[in-house]
Amino acid sequence: MNEQPQKNGVLVDVDGVEKVFHRGSEDIHVLSDLHLKVPQGEFLALMGPSGSGKSTLLNLIGGLDRPTRGSVSIAGEHVNELSDRQLAAWRARHIGFVFQLYNLLPVLTAERNVELPLLLTHLSKAERKQHVATALGVVGLSHRTKHHPRQLSGGEQQRVGIARAIVTDPTLLLCDEPTGDLDRKAGDEILDLLQALNRQHGKTIIMVTHDPHASARAGRTVYLNKGQLSDEPVK
Amino acid sequence: MKFFHLIWCNLKRRKLRTLLTLASVFVAFLLYGLLCTVKEAFTAGVSMAGADRLVVRHKVSLIMTLPVAYKARMEQIPGVAAASHFTWFNGIYKNEPKNFFGSFPVEPEHFLAMFPEYSLPEAQKQAWLKTRIGAVIGRSLSERKEFKWKIGDRVQLRSPIWPRKGDQPWEFEIVGILDAGKKNVDTSGFYFRYDYFDEGRAYGEGLVGWYAVRVKDPDHAPEVAKAIDAEFANSPSETKAETEGAFMQGFAQQIGDIGTILVAILSAVFFTILLVAGNTMAQSVRERTEEFGVLKAIGFTNERALAMVLAESCLLASLGGLAGLGLAWLIAAGGSPVPSMLPVFYFPTKALVIGVALVFALGIVAGILPALTAMRLRIADALRRQAA
Repeated sequence: MNEQPQKNGVLVDVDGVEKVFHRGSEDIHVLSDLHLKVPQGEFLALMGPSGSGKSTLLNLIGGLDRPTRGSVSIAGEHVNELSDRQLAAWRARHIGFVFQLYNLLPVLTAERNVELPLLLTHLSKAERKQHVATALGVVGLSHRTKHHPRQLSGGEQQRVGIARAIVTDPTLLLCDEPTGDLDRKAGDEILDLLQALNRQHGKTIIMVTHDPHASARAGRTVYLNKGQLSDEPVK
Repeated sequence: MKFFHLIWCNLKRRKLRTLLTLASVFVAFLLYGLLCTVKEAFTAGVSMAGADRLVVRHKVSLIMTLPVAYKARMEQIPGVAAASHFTWFNGIYKNEPKNFFGSFPVEPEHFLAMFPEYSLPEAQKQAWLKTRIGAVIGRSLSERKEFKWKIGDRVQLRSPIWPRKGDQPWEFEIVGILDAGKKNVDTSGFYFRYDYFDEGRAYGEGLVGWYAVRVKDPDHAPEVAKAIDAEFANSPSETKAETEGAFMQGFAQQIGDIGTILVAILSAVFFTILLVAGNTMAQSVRERTEEFGVLKAIGFTNERALAMVLAESCLLASLGGLAGLGLAWLIAAGGSPVPSMLPVFYFPTKALVIGVALVFALGIVAGILPALTAMRLRIADALRRQAA
């Protein structure tokens, strides 16, 4: 793993990325010659209409998918050159994912859900417990550790999802519509939390959203339309 | 071990489905254990048969008798080390047909020398030699709950085959208890002195049921058997000599090929159970497509996803299977439900080990296809499926 870039150096470098999906005989060009640089410590909002390729771009940055052409580099690591196994280990160490539908495992309690990424580390049980307690404390859910997802509100479930994303202290947080399934009040609380993680803990965050209210919380917003990025909203 | 909690919780996700699958696996392995026990009960004689022993019976049928004088002639045949005779007495206690057990008049010293797998304390042996009506009984017979016989007890038997002169019951005094070094040796027999029997029976003096013959070299047992049959060819009582193992096998096969029946039943049971367990695992993985996507997104490798599903499948199989094997073992340890018919009744260790191997084989075979599905699942596809 390359050294971490200096503060305000480029953490995410998407260079000339193209993504084509094949459906039968048809090629669907989702992203075309896309360039994006995200400095370390930035809170970036990524907006665009449905089907514009926001989630696809997020997947490429997070190493969940591979570009058809171009390269994705995170902290100097060329992600698309890693093998599947290396990529899994890389994601475990460097990426925290926050999903729209929380994606918690319903059979596990909040603390067990948050512990999941730590199972892939060499931490002892006591150390894992300590990390989980810290992460749940950061999201304000220290009193709900033994609850299952069905016993939590949508906002609380998303907080658990954020705790799971930050428990390994990742380099980059990727949030796919984190407030998309929440009411305004709960959504605001989640945005407050993400803002605090960015400002107080220096986390670099890329957030996909439809909601201008949410994007207003980010330091910068870019717009994706027909596979191309711009700094101006889509007309 | 740190993944055990996750695997265990996944198994509890659909409790009813898991319980029904567990019950199916449990019943299958309980059946396996009991069938192996019954097979052993029918074929124990084959496995305990001495390689250096022959059984010599009447050529026509086992129920026809042979002269007692054959013993001396057989011992003259080259290759024969010793001979000892037996007769099927068919003794019944208190005239109750259910109080039936194997009972045989024998010559004590020759009998004990012929079957070293039985042990009898020297004092009890001497008591048998001194007591004309003395009988020694096997350990399992002495422990039958309807008898609870002990040394010193006097026992009266009647035999529908060999009535006593004057139609009196045969009277015996128990002077010894036979033990066996191995659990597959039948200790349900009742042995008493031939001289007492021969003088007391109403007819058939000088006749015996069959002979056990020890050969000097087990490698030459077939040649010795031929020599014995040749010795008595063209006599009023021609013989059929065969190894003890072949004799026992033929005896067991009178009620059918137990091994083939067992394999046929278990094949059907295991095939069905494989479908049940495989379907459970396939459904379980299909329901969790998005969860596998999330686990992989946070860093679980494809191989780890495969291992988790296989571990879950093996846990499911082992919970049900080992419980089934355990109960079968307990039932067998409780003793034969029909000691008169199946005196040797235990779950063989070899069958238990094979059963444990089958448990894990079931887990792996039932889980392999769902595990491969989980392994090959692409993260983006799994998460996209949820969004759709």
